[in-house]
Amino acid sequence: MTTQTILPIDRETLAALSQSNNEPAWLSTLRLEALELAGQLELPVVEKQKISRWNLDAYGSYKSSPAIQSLSELPESLQSLVNLEESSNILVQRNSSAVFQKLSAELAAKGVIFTDLNTAIQQHGELVQKYLFTAVKKDENRLAALHAALWNGGVFVYVPKNVDVELPLQAIMLSDDATATFAPHVLIIAESNSRLTYVDNYLSTDGVGLDQAVHNGVVEVFVKPGANVRFASVQHLNATNVTYRRAVVENDGRIEWIIGEMHNGNAVSETMSVLQGNGSSSDMKVICAGTNEQKLSITTKAVHFGKSSDSQMFTRAVMRDAASAIINGITKIEKGSTKANGEQTEKVLMLSPKARGDANPILLIDEDDVTAGHAASVGQVNPEQVYYLMSRGIPKSVAERLIIHGFLAPVISEIPLENVQEQLRSLMERKLGQ
Amino acid sequence: MATKFNIDGLKATIEGKEILKGINLEIKGGEIHAIMGPNGTGKSTLASALMGHPKYEVTDGNVTLDGEDVLEMAVDERARAGLFLAMQYPSEIAGVTNSDFLRSAINARREEGSEISLIKFIRQMEGKMKELEMNPEFAHRYLNEGFSGGEKKRNEILQMLLLDPKIVILDEIDSGLDIDALKIVANGVNTMRSEERGFLIITHYQRLLNYIKPDFVHVMMQGRIVKSGGPELAERLENEGYDWVKEELGIVDETVGQEA
Repeated sequence: MTTQTILPIDRETLAALSQSNNEPAWLSTLRLEALELAGQLELPVVEKQKISRWNLDAYGSYKSSPAIQSLSELPESLQSLVNLEESSNILVQRNSSAVFQKLSAELAAKGVIFTDLNTAIQQHGELVQKYLFTAVKKDENRLAALHAALWNGGVFVYVPKNVDVELPLQAIMLSDDATATFAPHVLIIAESNSRLTYVDNYLSTDGVGLDQAVHNGVVEVFVKPGANVRFASVQHLNATNVTYRRAVVENDGRIEWIIGEMHNGNAVSETMSVLQGNGSSSDMKVICAGTNEQKLSITTKAVHFGKSSDSQMFTRAVMRDAASAIINGITKIEKGSTKANGEQTEKVLMLSPKARGDANPILLIDEDDVTAGHAASVGQVNPEQVYYLMSRGIPKSVAERLIIHGFLAPVISEIPLENVQEQLRSLMERKLGQ
Repeated sequence: MATKFNIDGLKATIEGKEILKGINLEIKGGEIHAIMGPNGTGKSTLASALMGHPKYEVTDGNVTLDGEDVLEMAVDERARAGLFLAMQYPSEIAGVTNSDFLRSAINARREEGSEISLIKFIRQMEGKMKELEMNPEFAHRYLNEGFSGGEKKRNEILQMLLLDPKIVILDEIDSGLDIDALKIVANGVNTMRSEERGFLIITHYQRLLNYIKPDFVHVMMQGRIVKSGGPELAERLENEGYDWVKEELGIVDETVGQEA
C-alpha cells in the first residue's frame, strides 16, 4: 500500500510562481523535479523523535514583502540587533523575500557579493547554478526536496580569492506572517585563501498562527583551499523548524560553526562538515534550549575524507518543563583519512524532573591511523555547585542562573557580533529564567 | 553590638550516621579559635553543618549569630548574616568567571539598585588579589576550574577579604599549601583580625598556627570537643601528637562514623 503524500503546493502553482519571479529555466526545472521527489521520498530518519507526528505541512504561500529604504523602518524588535551606524554589510528578509540589503562599496570593489539568492540568480546565475544543492541534495529526503522546491529569499555570499572580509556580514530573517512561506536558502562560497565571518538571526513575532507554521531552511557553505569561514546563527522561531547546514571544506580550509537553537517550536537541525581536503578542519559549537513540550533533535556531524583533517564538536543543551532533546554527535572517518582527529562533547542539563535529554556520541571509523575522542553527559544542576555559590550569599535562583549561563557561555562568547551575543543572552534569560 | 557566635549542643548526621555528637562552642568578635584533631573526627562536618551543606542533617542543638537562629536560615541567608566558610574542596564552575561570581556575591548583600559599580568592584578585587599575590588573570578564569590546590585556597581567602564576614570558618585552609603560600594566606587572615570578627580555624597541623596565633585551641575526637585550652595546647599537640589526649580520656578509636 502506498501512502499519498499531500504536497503543500501543486506543480502548476509552483511553475507559475517561478515564472512570475523571473527565474531561469534551470531553476524552474530544479524546483519542479524537487516537488516531484517530495511526493516520492520519505521523511528523514530522526532517532527517537516521531517527526511524522509533527506539523510539517503548513508552508503557506509565497508572499513578497515591500522593500524598506532604511534600517530604521525595521520592526522595533529587530532594531537592537543591528548597529544602525556601522552595519555596512547587512541583509534583511521578511517572510518570503528580501526587503533590505547593503554592502560596503569597499567590499563590492573587491568583488565580494552579498545579496539575496534570488537576486544572485539574476545577476550571477552560472556561479549559483554550479553550487546550489550540491552540498545538501534535493533527493536526500522529503524535507530537503520540499525546501528545494519552495526555497525563497535567502542569502548569497561570494568572496573572491585572497580577499579578507574583516567585518561580519549580517543577515536577519524575520517571519511575521503565518500564511507566508518562509524557507531561506543560504549559499556561501569562499574562494581560495579568503576569509569571512557571517552572522544571521532568525526571528518570528508572536503573530497569529506562527506557532503552526513551518520553517524549512538549508545552508550550504563551500570552503575552498586555505579559506576560513566563521558561520554564526541564532534562531528563535515559533514555527516547527527544519534546518540542514552543510559545509564542504577543501585542502587546509577551515569552517567554524557557532549555532544557537533557541526556538519555541519543535526543531530538527543537522550541522555537518564534510572535510574533503587534506589538512581541512571544522569547529562546531552548538547550544540549544528547550521549554514546555518542545521536542528537539540536534545533530552535529563531521565526515573526514582528507588526511590530517580535524573536527571538534561541542554541544550543550538545557531542557526545562517537559521538553526533550536528542543530541547526536557523529564523527565519521573514512578509509584513507590518515592522521585525522575528531573530538566531540555533548552535554545536557535538565532543569525539571519531566525534562528529557539523550546525548549520543557516535564514532564511525574506517581508518586505523587516526585519533578520536568523545564525552557525553546528561544531568541536573549540580547541588554542590549551588551550595558553593549560596555559601557566598548568592540566592538559590541566582546561583542556578549563573550555573546555567556558565554551561552555555563557551558558545555564546564565541558569537562574533556583540549585539547578537547580547540577544542570545537575553533569549536564554527569557527561555530559561524561572 | 559585638559579634557573638554560639554553638550549643549541635548534633548532625550524614546519611543517617551521627557524626556530631553535641558540640558546644562560643566565639566572640576578636577571638580566634582553632579546632584540631586527627582525620575522621568530625571537624569538617562541623564546618559544613554550620554553613548548611544539604548532605548534613542537624538533628539537635542551636546555633545563633548575634542572637539570630542560624539553623533556621537557608545557606545564602547564613552567608548574608555574616557567616563565611573557606572550603577544603571548593566547587569548580565552568563558564562562570571568578569576577562575575565575586560581583554577584557582593551584590547579593546590597539592595537592588545600589549594586557595586564595576569600576569600584574591579579596584577592590585587584587590590585584594595583589595582597594575595594572585595573578590578575585569575579574575577572568572560570571559577576554580583548572586551579591548583593552592590557587583554590587563595581564591577562598580572596572571597573572605571581599565579603567582610563576621564569623570566618577556615576548613583545612593549610592543606596543599607550600610554606610561601601558607604565609600569604595567614597574612590575609591576620589583616582581617578585628574586634567585630571571630575566627574558627580547622586544621590537623599545628604549622598554620605558627602564623595565625589562636586564642583558644580545641581538640575534637569522636564528634565532640574533648579538650580545650590556650595556644600552649597546640604546641603540646605538635610536639607529642594526640596519643596523650586519647590516653588521658580513655579513647581507643578517636574517629566517628567510620565503617568498621
